[in-house]
Amino acid sequence: MLGIAFFVLFAAAWAAATFGGFVSKTFLADPVTMLREGWTLFAKYGFAGDIAITVWRVVGGFVLAAACAVPLGIAMGAYKPIEAFFEPFVSFARYLPASAFIPLLILWAGIGEMQKLLVIFIGSFFQIVLMVAVAVGATRRDLVEAAYTLGASARGVVRRVLLPSAAPAIAETLRLVLGWAWTYVIVAELIGASSGIGHMITDSQALLNTGQIIFGIIVIGVIGLISDFLFKWANQRLYPWSLA
Amino acid sequence: MSALAIEGVGRTFPGVPGGVPTIALQPVTLAVEDNDFITILGPSGCGKSTLLRIVAGLDTPTTGRVVLDGAPVTAPGADRGMVFQSYTLFPWLTVHENICFGLREKTMPKAKQDEIAAHYIARVGLAGFEQHYPKTLSGGMQQRTAIARALANDPKILLLDEPFGALDNQTRSLMQELLLGIWETEKKTVLFVTHDIEEAIFMAGRVVVMSARPGRIKAEVAVDLPHPRLYTVKTTPEFSALKARLTEEIRVEALKVAVAA
Repeated sequence: MLGIAFFVLFAAAWAAATFGGFVSKTFLADPVTMLREGWTLFAKYGFAGDIAITVWRVVGGFVLAAACAVPLGIAMGAYKPIEAFFEPFVSFARYLPASAFIPLLILWAGIGEMQKLLVIFIGSFFQIVLMVAVAVGATRRDLVEAAYTLGASARGVVRRVLLPSAAPAIAETLRLVLGWAWTYVIVAELIGASSGIGHMITDSQALLNTGQIIFGIIVIGVIGLISDFLFKWANQRLYPWSLA
Repeated sequence: MSALAIEGVGRTFPGVPGGVPTIALQPVTLAVEDNDFITILGPSGCGKSTLLRIVAGLDTPTTGRVVLDGAPVTAPGADRGMVFQSYTLFPWLTVHENICFGLREKTMPKAKQDEIAAHYIARVGLAGFEQHYPKTLSGGMQQRTAIARALANDPKILLLDEPFGALDNQTRSLMQELLLGIWETEKKTVLFVTHDIEEAIFMAGRVVVMSARPGRIKAEVAVDLPHPRLYTVKTTPEFSALKARLTEEIRVEALKVAVAA
């Protein structure tokens, strides 16, 4: 309830600033204009299509990154030599800002879908690898030893102890990184795209339509909130044992 | 021939770079016969857990070797079941699944697994809790499950590292009777590490007393109390005499630690 209260307070402050005439309409649209512009977006400019293409890009790039990063992270967390081999490079690559790759990726892959997917992939892959490796490496030592005394092989320990033990933390990692993937896709769309939420925002900037810009930003926030909620719900269903 | 032979097993931990290495265990030799129940009694930090971990294959000795049924121990295996002091049930598995862990590793048919699990669940008094996750169980119930899990694997020898150390006194005595009852009917070779004198006497056929660090075997005391043993045995004169003797042995060692500290 307190969480909702702050949303209300925030909207009220915004309304007061704009309706009260404290801020020029050119720079900040009021909430009602914003909603009306939002409606126009859907009705006249096919904004639903923009949302769909952006969601597709995020999910596509993210799933691709996760599919490559989770197995590598698990291997690094489970086997010390593999970790020693990859860890320094991954730690270095993690600090390379994905958005700085955009000009390069445009050169390489143009401004098509491939470029968007690659931005998200670069932004997500190294983060997931490191966080999954840490989660797997943090498996309780005594559980691993118990499994060995029960006759488990090294492979059995990975499959039946390390994986299930780290699964909730891995799911949590994916939830976090998906949130970041949203930032990368919008940046990629702001710089070079002919569709998507980010593209709509650049278009609206050219027309000084702050109502549409704010509406676009809020849509991103809402989608993020929904995906976060779905992830949390799925985690609770999948890993009931990990709840306190 | 004895089932388990500990032959001159010693363990030295390398110190921090530049520091002196720590001798945790001086060479220990001990022969364990089939179906022996041996308790290893010693003050904290005497290396008794290290010795047990070496038998389990979780630690490697610096000197000597451990031989089980003629084969040297080099790694952990299903023939040596272990119950730890810390709660080591897999939190993502139910009681039933935990007990089946080792059986599944042997790719035993599901029906046979269920049959064995049901037997040991009944044996440790956990019927009705099969589908519970460990976090919903008390400490005593978790340790009973851990014992059932180790026994279900049908190991040649059962290793217990202060399994009741974290339990309250009442639960602890009930657990002692439960484990002893299982041993009396199912017959197993058992190595049981503890620092509790009463526990060491009550459970054992033979008590091995270890000295303060660096650990070595200081005395071996046979316990000839009749089976089946009930908690009432703890108030008999024979029990008291053994307790007085072991208390004296341990006290000397504990004093050494206290003086050194």
